[in-house]
This record gives sequence, C-alpha cells and structure tokens, in this order.
Amino acid sequence: MSTAAKRPGLLARVVRRPSGAAAIGWLVLLTAATAGASFTAPRGPLEQDLGHVLAGPSGGHLLGTDNLGRDLLSRLLFGGRSTLLAVAESLLVYLVIGTVLGLASGYLGGWVDWLVTRTADLMFALPGIIIVLVVLSVFPGNLHAAMITFGVLGSPGLIRILRSQTLGIREELYVAAAKVAGLTRSQILRRHVLPRMTSMVIVQAALFSAIVVTIQAGLGFLGLGAQPPDPSWGGLVADASQNIDRDPWMLVPAGIPLVITVIALGLLGDAIRDAAIEGWSVSKMAAPPGRTVPAPRSAEDAVAPVEGSIEPDARALLSVRNLSVEIGGIPVVQGVSFDVMAGETLGVVGESGCGKSVTALGVLGLVPGGGRVAGGQVVFDGVDLAGSPAELARVRGSGIAYVSQEPMVALDPTFPVGRQLAEAVRRHSRADRRTTRAAAHRRVIELLTMVNIPDPEAVAGRYPHQLSGGMAQRVAIALALAGDPKLLIADEPTTALDVTVQAEILTLLRGLQAETGMAVLIVTHDWGVVADLCHRSVVMYAGQVVEQADVESMFTLPLHPYTAGLLAANPHLAGGGEPLPTIPGTVPAPRDWPQGCRFAARCSRVTDACAAAPVALTRPVPDRLTRCVHSQQLLVEGTPR
Amino acid sequence: MTPQTILDIQDLTVEFRQGRRTAPFRAVDSVSLTIAAGETVGLVGESGSGKSTIGRAVLGLNPVRSGRIHFEGADITSARPGVRRELSARLQVVFQDPYSSLNPARTIGRTLAEPLLVHRKIGAAETAERVTEMLARVGMPADTANRYPGQFSGGQRQRIAIARALMLSPRLVICDEPVSALDLSIQAQVMNLLADLQSELSLSYLFIAHDLPVVRHLSHRIVVLYRGQVMESGPADDVYADPVHPYTQALLAAVPEPDPRVQRARRADKEAAGATVLSTQPPAATGCAFAHRCPHAIDICHSLRPELLPVPGGEASGGGRTAACHRAADLHPLTVPAHSGITGEEVPCSGNE
Repeated sequence: MSTAAKRPGLLARVVRRPSGAAAIGWLVLLTAATAGASFTAPRGPLEQDLGHVLAGPSGGHLLGTDNLGRDLLSRLLFGGRSTLLAVAESLLVYLVIGTVLGLASGYLGGWVDWLVTRTADLMFALPGIIIVLVVLSVFPGNLHAAMITFGVLGSPGLIRILRSQTLGIREELYVAAAKVAGLTRSQILRRHVLPRMTSMVIVQAALFSAIVVTIQAGLGFLGLGAQPPDPSWGGLVADASQNIDRDPWMLVPAGIPLVITVIALGLLGDAIRDAAIEGWSVSKMAAPPGRTVPAPRSAEDAVAPVEGSIEPDARALLSVRNLSVEIGGIPVVQGVSFDVMAGETLGVVGESGCGKSVTALGVLGLVPGGGRVAGGQVVFDGVDLAGSPAELARVRGSGIAYVSQEPMVALDPTFPVGRQLAEAVRRHSRADRRTTRAAAHRRVIELLTMVNIPDPEAVAGRYPHQLSGGMAQRVAIALALAGDPKLLIADEPTTALDVTVQAEILTLLRGLQAETGMAVLIVTHDWGVVADLCHRSVVMYAGQVVEQADVESMFTLPLHPYTAGLLAANPHLAGGGEPLPTIPGTVPAPRDWPQGCRFAARCSRVTDACAAAPVALTRPVPDRLTRCVHSQQLLVEGTPR
Repeated sequence: MTPQTILDIQDLTVEFRQGRRTAPFRAVDSVSLTIAAGETVGLVGESGSGKSTIGRAVLGLNPVRSGRIHFEGADITSARPGVRRELSARLQVVFQDPYSSLNPARTIGRTLAEPLLVHRKIGAAETAERVTEMLARVGMPADTANRYPGQFSGGQRQRIAIARALMLSPRLVICDEPVSALDLSIQAQVMNLLADLQSELSLSYLFIAHDLPVVRHLSHRIVVLYRGQVMESGPADDVYADPVHPYTQALLAAVPEPDPRVQRARRADKEAAGATVLSTQPPAATGCAFAHRCPHAIDICHSLRPELLPVPGGEASGGGRTAACHRAADLHPLTVPAHSGITGEEVPCSGNE
C-alpha cells in the first residue's frame, strides 16, 4: 500500500485522461498563440492583401482572407486576446462573489442567508443580456465593464449551488469534530467545507466560461465589442455572415475555434472533477491500482461438497440448496443450503458483509445492487423458485412475505397506511378478485388488530410519518400478513428500534406464529433475538454457512470458532471491568476470500490444514453442521457454557 | 465521595424551537450529573431521551436554555469561541457514525494533525511523529496517515476517530454511541480499546449509548434518562442487578438474554405477570414522564413530577443511588426477590466491587 502515498498530483491525473489532455492542449495552445500573437501571427491583423480578397486557404494565407484581403489566421489570433481577457474578467468576478456569498449564506445562516438569497433571487429575475446592453450604452465600447457585469449577473447561480452544498456539509459530524477541535469558523470553511466543493466549483466555472465565450462573441457580432477594424471572434463571424453568398468558407475559420473552445472548457471541467474525486472516493477503494479482481472461481472448486442430503428436503416448507449469488460478477454468497420447516423459526446470524441479507433476498429473487442468483435451488412448497420469475411472482406476498429493517422504507409516504393495506388485501384475495371496499376495509382492521395496534380505525387513516418506528414496523408486519403467507422473511426487523419496542415486536412475532402457524426466517446479528425467537440457527461467515444447529446446542457448545467468538464478544455475557474476548481483524471482502477456511486469518486455532483447501461442511453430531477442520476437537474440549 | 470532579452538570435544560406557534421541545429537562477524574459515567436511554443532546451541550454544539455546566471548575455553559478553542485540548468527542465523522476529502494524517495545528505550534516532522504514535496506540499501521477514510472499514474509522480525540491528551472524552454502528466482534475490539486507553491515560468518559449491557460493561456509574429526565442513577453493577425505577426495570427486561434457556424462563415470567402496558395515550404534561407506560402508576404519578431522591436502603449497596419515583420506597423492596431470581445468574460479577 506504499504506492498509495505517492499519488500523482491533480494536474498529472487530469492530463492522464485523454479528454483532459486534449482540452488542456487546446486551451494552452490557444492562450500561448493569442497572447503572443505579435510573434505567432504571420501578418498584422490589419494588413491588407488586396490581391487575395475572399481567398480560400493557401500557402500565403493558411486560413484564407476576408473581403479586405486581411489574413484570417492573424485576425483570429489577435481577436482571441479579447475573448480570453473577457473570460478571465468574468470568471474572476463570478468565482469571488459566488464562493464568498454562497459559503457565507449556507454556513452562517440567519440574516446573512436571508439577505443573500433574496438578492440572488432578485438578480435571477433580471434579464442579463439587457443589463449588459445598458452597461454598454453607459460605457460605450467598454467590454471590460460589460464582462464584469456579466460575472456579477452569473454569480447567483453559483451562490445557490454552494449554499445548498454548504447546508449539507455543515451538518456533517466531521465539521462538529472540527469545532470541538477548536478550529475557527474561517479555518473550518477553508479546510473542511470549501475542499468538498472544489469539483462543483470547477464544473460550474468551466460551464460559465463557455457561456462567456459565446456571449462575448455575440456582443462582437452585434458590433458592441471591439470596433472595426480591430479584430474579434464575434466580428469575424459578422464579416463572414455578410459575405456568406460570396465566400462560405470564411464561416469555418470564424466559427470552428469558438466551438472547439466551448467544448474544451466543458471537457476540462469534467476531467478536473473526476480527477479531484479520484483521490479519495470509495470507487477507488473498490479497485485499487495494481490489484486485479480475481475471476470468479468455478462452482466446482469454490463450493465445498456439503455432506448430507444434496437433494432438497421434501418435508421442508423451504429448502435451499447450494444457493449462490453474484453481485457485479463477484460471488457474495456461495453454496448456501438450509431448510425451514413449517411453523419453525430459523435464524440467520452473522456480521455485516457475511451475506445473510443477500441470502434472504436471494430466496425471493430480489438480489440488490444488480446482482443475480448464480446457482442452486430454492424449493418452496415443492416448487423450485430459483430462476423462475413466474413462480416467484406467484409466491411473493402470498406464499412468502418480507419485512425489512427500516419500516418507513417499506411504507409509501404518500398514502395513508389503511389504503396501502387495502391494496395488498385486494391483490392477494384471489378467490374473489373484486373484493368490495367494505370487505377489504374489514380485513385491514382485522390485520391491524392482529399486530396489536390500539385504535386500528384511527391508525388506518394515518400517513406513515405520523407513526412511531414501532407502530410503523407493526403496520409493515400487517402488510406482510395480508396474503396469509406460509413463510415470513424478516431482515433485521428490530435493529432500528428501541429495546422496549424491540421486545414488543418480538413478542408480537411469537404470538403471530402461534396463531397462524407460519414459519419465520429471521436475519439478525443479535444473539438475544436468536435466543428469544429461534428454534434453529444458521451462522454465516464470508458468504458461506459455517455452522447450523438447534439454538440450545449452539449456545451451549458452539462447534465453529467464529460462532464461539461471536458469542463470547457479546458484552451481555462478560463481566464488568474485564476485557471482552474479541475476534481480531475484520470480515474479508468477497474479492479477498482465501482458498481455504475463510475464517483462518482471524482464528486462534488455525493450523496449516485450515488454509490448504476449502473446508467442507461436516456433521460431527446428528443434526448439526460445521465448517471447521477442528470440529472433533471442539466437540471434545469445548467448554459448555 | 470523589477525589476530583472533572465535569459538573447542574439542572441542565435544553430546548429546541419548533416553529412559531408550538411550544419549544424540551429535549433535556433539569438534568444534573457529575464525572470524576478517571471515571466513566454511562448515559442510557432510548431514542428521544436527550442523551446525545446532553453530550452536545457539554461540547457547545447545542444552545443551553438554563442550568450550569462546569468543566474542571470553570463555568463553560456559554463559553465564548476563544475559551472553547482553549478548552478543546482537554475536552474531546467520539461520534457514533464513523462514516460521517471523518472528512472524506482529507487524508487521515491531515485530519489527525488538525488539533495540533490549532493548539501547538510544532514542526511538520514532530507532527508526523505524533500522528504515527497515536495511530499505533489505537492499533492502526503507520501508513494509515497517507490514506483516505474511504479506504477503511467502520471499525478502523472508529479507531481513527478515537485517535483524533486523543491527539491533545484530553481529560474528558464524550463518547456518543461510539460502538452502536459496529458489528459485534468489532464492537468488542473498540470497547476494549476505550477501556485500555482509559487506564493508560487516566481519561474520563461520558459514555452515551442505548445498549444497557454495553454501557454497564464500560461504566462505573449509570444515569438512566427518559424523555429528557433522569429516572435513576447509581453504580453500574447495582443499577444493572437491582433496578429501582420501573423504567429501568422495563429497559432491562426488554433486552433479550443471549441464552435460550434463561430467555425462555424470562418469557414465562413475563407472560405470568400479564401483558405489558402499550403506550397509547401521550404522557401527562405534569407528573412522571413514565407514568403513562408504568404498570405501577397511581394517581400522584400523573399529577406530580417525582424528585430525584436517594434510594431508601441504597446505602447498603455502596450508596450513591438515586431514583425519581414516587413509589420507590414501597416498590423497591418488593422487586428485589422477583428480579434476583433471574438476574442472579446473569451477573456473576456484581460482587467484584
């Protein structure tokens, strides 16, 4: 990782992009050639060659001549000076006003914000070009005054953008941390707020420069800029348009530089923005240089043979076999197998990044992030759902229902919850497709009563934002129950809730299960939830099942070091004052999964055998599975808790 | 009782305006607490209890409606920016969200050097040395300094945030839910790190969290908040083993026990005791904040706000226990046997202190 320290500078990163290099090349060439026009231009801008009037390109005149025989290339180069000067003047005014007032308005708030935003709004209402024309009538022919005015008129756009960005960044915790560190207001703005906006400012500046180039040319075209015979780009276009029937070629040298310059400014803005973000953005981390993403391993060598029945269990309500899920071509879940019996609760436990949520969503065929189920069987009620959109659509909601971690996301904020429930009720009452409104409403109230909502009639009329988190989760559960599912998949259903509310929801889930006999597949990281609700539990690590057992045996005698470590790290079980037993390191990312045991790098029992080859799931005792080379040893010396 | 008080909060009240018509929302309501040198005080409560607001008020990030905050003897309730600047060397913070607490556009080295630039005028070489030293102390490799936050996991970022807080050797660190966003195995690593740093550097912590077992593990004393008010406070193990206030009892009973057999027994107990009170009506404007959810509420609970008073018989367990409950005296003796039956096996360490 020492390469990370020596990162090329911003300019080098911009030039490395082809578009950036081309844009910079053109702008540098243009600046140098126009600034040094006295040396670079083949002739003077006013020098007439009356022998070659309105001539095309030739050895004597590379871009031809105009109606007075003046060399077009020379006129372009001399005329470009006023264009570049105009851009510099406008841009400076635009940036200074826009940045200072935008930051001040967003960060300080209060009356400063009020004054700045009102003034900006007022300026938006003014017709810019007319103001510029007024200025030009007061200062005839003074292009500097016009361009500075144009910079002022353009700045409200930048002010608005920077203000809204600042409002967001002001609330970031690192700004609070900087305040606590004792930084002054200007230091915070300079170090923490402004750098986050660099790319935004650069893009806006490039776009604005492009507008200035065209506006300046427009003024020249109208004869309001440089007065003839002095050259300007706009004046060249005007000359060309007057002679369009006699010499159409003249439009080409007059127009093309304008177009290329405008495009170059746009490309430069994009390139600088991308290069500036490249340094710290997360996408950089996803594919660090010099490190190739390993090709997905073939199913044969990656998926260890599961000892035990490969065939789906016919007695099970849900039987998952060798489920593999890929996201972006990288396997994130590999060879996962488990069964859920009717009326049973199965817990899927693990840390983030172990693939437990992806497994749950994979069962429903709803893999996030553009992923897909890459292999395996998901047999629900005797039918394989994997790779069968029609079967999945039939089963979703009515056979298998889903409750997510964030109840507010599951509910549509624009409708009262009663209407959302009624919609689900109608959708699922297949027997009579035209369930009457009254019947649907009765069922909605029934569902809300089932999830112990006090005063269901009133709650049905409320919008999701009017409910507390616990109430919203109850409604989300009611929504899941609308289709009388046989299996409820609950993905961390209580993680976002307070403990007392969590206890109520867990009690509710238990009660509903007793009442309706549905099976529950619950994804959680909380051992307390597993102990409270589950009959059996599956522990996942780095995309694989590492242990599976009934809950009581697992808590008493874990047969995988990861399970044991995870149980021990729970502060609930440790005594106060003494250090918690920890698992060193972190869960490896999918592209860093080793060939052998995936937990080996963090395991205290690691031996050479662990890393040698993929470890298979074994059955050291009846009805228990573990993916550990040392399972026999664990069985013998494991300390019952 | 305590050798030296680092932080002393008296009757702190924080209010937030919510529009012109409605009355301001009182997030913190007359809260008093003290932290001694080298002590960890745990602030527990559910969302909306005002626990983070108290921490932010101490740091000067929230306005204070009334009350006093003293830090090392000096009144910092509404300290001027200059005083805050000077204070920041001794009073620091670790936030909950390790993703938003580090500026993604600055290298870790520059972020860590920042407090030094403000307070000590030292050279670049010495600054780099201090940064490397502090990174090593929180268990991060030296090349961390040249990298960006985007290249680290949540647990690693939280170590970096802790390193930033410790750069100036503070006396008190406000830990605002520092482990809530972390996975179980990472959470244990960070909790151990905080405990180690405390004993090495004799730090004081105000440890804010919603997870009672986590708070109990790290804290010497616990303060339980509900709707901005202190419900109960006392030595961590005592409060955990034998809660006096019905709210603390409800909070403890709600945490599922990570042991199927114990949890089954608790469930059976709870079912025998009858259904829990579901919060339907809003809390009374007067009276106890918890009365509307309390199974033991009587008339006085709805009309008169209970004062935070020493718990009768609390002296027996080492003293320093207070509770704001009208019925503390008549309920507490009753709750002892009922709870010891369950908590007796889960807290084997309560006799250690």
